[in-house]
Amino acid sequence: MSTAVNAAAKPAKRLTRGRLIWRRFLRNKVAVVGAVGIMFLVGLTLFGQYFLYWKFDDIDTNAFLTPPDSAHLLGTTQAGRDVLALTVRGLGKSLLIGFLVAIISTSLSAMVGASAAYLGGWYEKAMLWIIDLILVVPSFFLIAVATKGAPEGESSWLILVVLLAAFAWPLSARVVRSLTLSIREREYVLAAKFMGISPFRIIVRHILPNASSLLIIDATLGVGYAILSETGLSYFGFGVQAPDTSLGTLIGEGANMATSFPWIFLGPATILVFLVMCVNAIGDGLRDALDPNSASGGQA
Amino acid sequence: MLRYIGKRLLNYVILLYVAVSLTYLLAATQLNPRALWAVRQPPVDPVIVESQLRQYNLSENVPLFERYWTWLTGVLHGDWGYSPVGLNVAEQVSTRMWVSLRLLLIGTLAGIIMGVAVGAWTATRQYKVSDRVITALSLLVISTPAFVVGHVTQILAIMFNNATGTRFFEFIGETGDVGNYPFADLVDRAQHLLLPTLVLILLEVASMSRIQRNLMLDSLGADYVRTARAKGLPQHKAVMKHALRTALIPTGTYVAFAVATMFVGATFTERIFNFPGLGQYGVDAITNRDVNGIVAVTAFSGVCVLVGAILSDIMVAILDPRVRLQ
Repeated sequence: MSTAVNAAAKPAKRLTRGRLIWRRFLRNKVAVVGAVGIMFLVGLTLFGQYFLYWKFDDIDTNAFLTPPDSAHLLGTTQAGRDVLALTVRGLGKSLLIGFLVAIISTSLSAMVGASAAYLGGWYEKAMLWIIDLILVVPSFFLIAVATKGAPEGESSWLILVVLLAAFAWPLSARVVRSLTLSIREREYVLAAKFMGISPFRIIVRHILPNASSLLIIDATLGVGYAILSETGLSYFGFGVQAPDTSLGTLIGEGANMATSFPWIFLGPATILVFLVMCVNAIGDGLRDALDPNSASGGQA
Repeated sequence: MLRYIGKRLLNYVILLYVAVSLTYLLAATQLNPRALWAVRQPPVDPVIVESQLRQYNLSENVPLFERYWTWLTGVLHGDWGYSPVGLNVAEQVSTRMWVSLRLLLIGTLAGIIMGVAVGAWTATRQYKVSDRVITALSLLVISTPAFVVGHVTQILAIMFNNATGTRFFEFIGETGDVGNYPFADLVDRAQHLLLPTLVLILLEVASMSRIQRNLMLDSLGADYVRTARAKGLPQHKAVMKHALRTALIPTGTYVAFAVATMFVGATFTERIFNFPGLGQYGVDAITNRDVNGIVAVTAFSGVCVLVGAILSDIMVAILDPRVRLQ
């Protein structure tokens, strides 16, 4: 009762949903640190080349395999290349792949999951069967096989993006489907249906916005998943191919000498762990902020 | 009931058949075994290469469907084919799966048990210092890929060995120098198993404790636990008998799944610690353009995944009275 009076007395203070989510997100300190960390890393990849002294393809003939010092903050490789510059370059590619894969796979799982639940019938059965099919085989090996024979060149990493996305969507598509099963019975969906709106429009305009909190969380955690998959494949030499570089290829190269010259490995590995931690922290924070049932959201 | 199980099994068989067939078609078109001979010095006579490839059903000059048919009839007779250099794939898989099992058995089981214990314990201490510290640590481990954990432990082990001047930590292969004392070979194996097992336990505990903590939080807040407390049951009894037991049902399905997929191996751990298990075999098969090898690994892990799915269904039926009654 008192809240209703308050709301009526001070209409200017009413929170929009966006403001509410923002406030709840800020309450999770770890998530805020994660967000700042991601912004820092993205900034580093975008503008790093302007203030870092060494370029990724520079070769310092006075420093082969030197441990970290004032000239090379993270040391140098066997070929005399600066590990920090290489790491920043690899980070850029890993971030790009992570974001692209997350966007593609989340859109795919949203469309497939929602359409399967909304349309039903043989289409739903077929989609569920395809989901099972993808989940039964080890995606890691299949992506590796597919990249092995894929054409090489400047844009070969785009094929990797498509492959990672193609194997990443099924699990969340199932979740979207079960969520849609309840949403499609709501009055506003039925109203839209009886007004003769096309199924595609209903899914995009009425169903998916109501599953948006799930989709946002899924996309965020998908970034971390995609980065881990990409670095795992690249670590074995299957993903991103030379001359292109990612955090995974750098770690793979450094890992061969990790026990004697640890800095080549530790630099990119630390950045990778920090990156994935930030992404996971943001995902947790978003879950707290977006989930209306979340207990950790506190008041308002 | 039998009809339902039968239908489900049939569906699994068809699913597996389609998945493995698609994998074969993908591998046969993408991996080009002929390239293995292209880098040989001195060059090998193309006629010899062709005859060897044809012998193992790997030549791309044979139409794809014909190769697929040869492969399929072989598989139906229990023959999974040969690698480009003539190794029997079925033999490789059947020896390597036991290596994977030897590596994973202790690590997985100990990891699950410790993970459940840690998760349940932190749930009862929600938002206290111990809970926050463990949550932060498990977030750190979950965000760390297995290959980073593996190499970091190796670096630490080398530092320990150098500092103490011993060779306490061994981390290459399953066996090494065997001493001359009773049970020396067992000690040697245990030494080699120690580091990879620690890595596996660490990874397993981190993810398992997160899952178990969430499950436990749900059941701790449930009405029946409050009722049990209200009836006068001591806290620890209410937690152990009412909250933990229900929170263990989903864990049971996870355990069933983990046991079934243990044979498939842990690709990264096997590679880093040089255990010739099935995960390592899969990676090697792709690197060495071994079409039949990678298809066999895929098929085998597909079987394990489906067996795991069936086992976890059975586990739910055993553990959950609501399912049992239906």
